[in-house]
Amino acid sequence: MHKARTNPINLFAMHGALILYTIIALFPVFVILINSFKTRKAIFREPLALPDADTFSLIGYQTVMKQGDFFLYFQNSLIVTVASLFFVLLFGAMAAFALAEYRFKGNLWMGLYLALGIMIPIRIGTVAILEMMVATGLVNTLWALILVYTAQGLPLAVFILSEFMRQVSDDLKNAGRIDGLSEYTIFFRLVLPLVRPAMATVAVFNMIPIWNDLWFPLILAPAEETKTLTLGSQVFIGQFVTDWNAVLSALSMAILPVLILYVIFSRQLIRGITSGAVK
Amino acid sequence: MTALSLTNVCKSFGPVEVLKDINLDVEDGEFVVFVGPSGCGKSTLLRVIAGLEDATSGEINIAGEQVNTTPPAKRGIAMVFQSYALYPHLTVRGNMALALKQAKVAKDEIEARVQEASRMLDLGAYLDRRPSELSGGQRQRVAIGRAIVRQPKLFLFDEPLSNLDAALRMNTRIEIANLHRQLSASMIYVTHDQTEAMTLADKIVVLRDGRVEQIGSPMELYNDPANQFVAGFLGAPSMNFLPAARVTDGDPRTLGIRPEDITLSAEGQLKGRVTHVEHLGGDTNLIVDADGLTLTVRLFGQSNVAVDETIGLGFAPEKAYYFDAEGQRVR
Repeated sequence: MHKARTNPINLFAMHGALILYTIIALFPVFVILINSFKTRKAIFREPLALPDADTFSLIGYQTVMKQGDFFLYFQNSLIVTVASLFFVLLFGAMAAFALAEYRFKGNLWMGLYLALGIMIPIRIGTVAILEMMVATGLVNTLWALILVYTAQGLPLAVFILSEFMRQVSDDLKNAGRIDGLSEYTIFFRLVLPLVRPAMATVAVFNMIPIWNDLWFPLILAPAEETKTLTLGSQVFIGQFVTDWNAVLSALSMAILPVLILYVIFSRQLIRGITSGAVK
Repeated sequence: MTALSLTNVCKSFGPVEVLKDINLDVEDGEFVVFVGPSGCGKSTLLRVIAGLEDATSGEINIAGEQVNTTPPAKRGIAMVFQSYALYPHLTVRGNMALALKQAKVAKDEIEARVQEASRMLDLGAYLDRRPSELSGGQRQRVAIGRAIVRQPKLFLFDEPLSNLDAALRMNTRIEIANLHRQLSASMIYVTHDQTEAMTLADKIVVLRDGRVEQIGSPMELYNDPANQFVAGFLGAPSMNFLPAARVTDGDPRTLGIRPEDITLSAEGQLKGRVTHVEHLGGDTNLIVDADGLTLTVRLFGQSNVAVDETIGLGFAPEKAYYFDAEGQRVR
């Protein structure tokens, strides 16, 4: 094992494969970024060229900024994503704890039922969801989106987190019980910090689809004041004319917040604080 | 007064019976060790006493009070876990103080008890460290300290030494014995290691398959085992068993003889070929093959018996134990 790792040919092949994958994955992002800084003509003439003195232009960004509501869209997206993630993690972790920790009738079936949601696309229920939102008067509110995304994220969250919660030492939880901690304290103070890496994984898995979603904002919250960034960017895409500068600039700016959120979560992914708790 | 009394305690997980009709009294200040092979239910019994599992039936009394439905924190017990189970986000002081804070003990009282416990366990220098900054032995002492500060009516130890290395294990064993003397508290200690059981216990409870096999002081169990299981479980190396017919013609019983009761003698009852010799310095263990039977012989002091040598083995008839076909002792 150790020998295989230090073998220079293997090392080279491994890094080569990873670098190649990185290039392929980052290429579209790169193209969006460079073209967002070019004039319209330059975008079409040479889409892969870097912007130079002649072709450099901030016209796209200016258009986006002038479109006054852009920051509102931004804010909406951020609120929806953060709130949905919060609820997914909170309720997912609570359900996972109950499934992993307590013996009750139907425990296994409840777990399977909750996990079933992973395989059923929530969009199949769009019409019913829309009817429900109309009936409850939630159409054109951010709550409509937050509720739907929370429901969409829960199955996977419960599935992953319950697996991790099973690995948390029973002794630690029992020590808490003997010391007189309530089940809530045990959950929030002892168990949650230990499954932080799993929570970060769930957060990252859920964050990107929510941030990028066009479907539900378009159907449930298309009003001007509740538009999300993805939906808002669509104003630049017309049936006959598309303002590519603006679209690319809007998308470039949309990447930033997810990148920041990802950095926050990925630090948790790497760090484990379990050391010292149990041997 | 009785620190703990169990009456007809049973525990099942679904159809699986883990504990069958356990009856036991622990007197005040007594050190009781539950010992048995893995899966015998000793840890489950400890958990039932602690209140982490409910007994399916039967009665649990701690210090004269029925506690079947009392939550663990209110039972007046403290538990030390095999994996230490320290709170990773708290310092050593915080770990020890948490239970007292939960019980709303006054601040200066908490500080006084933590100081007292850390003095007893030599932890004074580490009070502001976190568990991750401590060695295994120190963590184990913190776990014991966390139990001491609660001044419980009953201490419960769940295999506290099995994560420590051999040298540390012996030291900690002596520390626990000293602690018991200083605190003169009632303690229950679970282990699968018969040496720990013999060295620490006032009273040993031998468990097998969820049943109590025998209860008694270490020497009672060693000298007067009730059955073949107890005889084989206590004492190291463990007792030799052979068909009694090998010694007396036509005897259907099983004969048990401890390795230390066998002597080398040319006209002894048995003959065999030495297959392995263990030189321990203080004594010597011989593994002997006597016509297909493997016997262990423990010689005191050093011996120059060599492998492949054929030797005669003898024992005093009063040192032999006899067991019937069910493994029960025949006296």
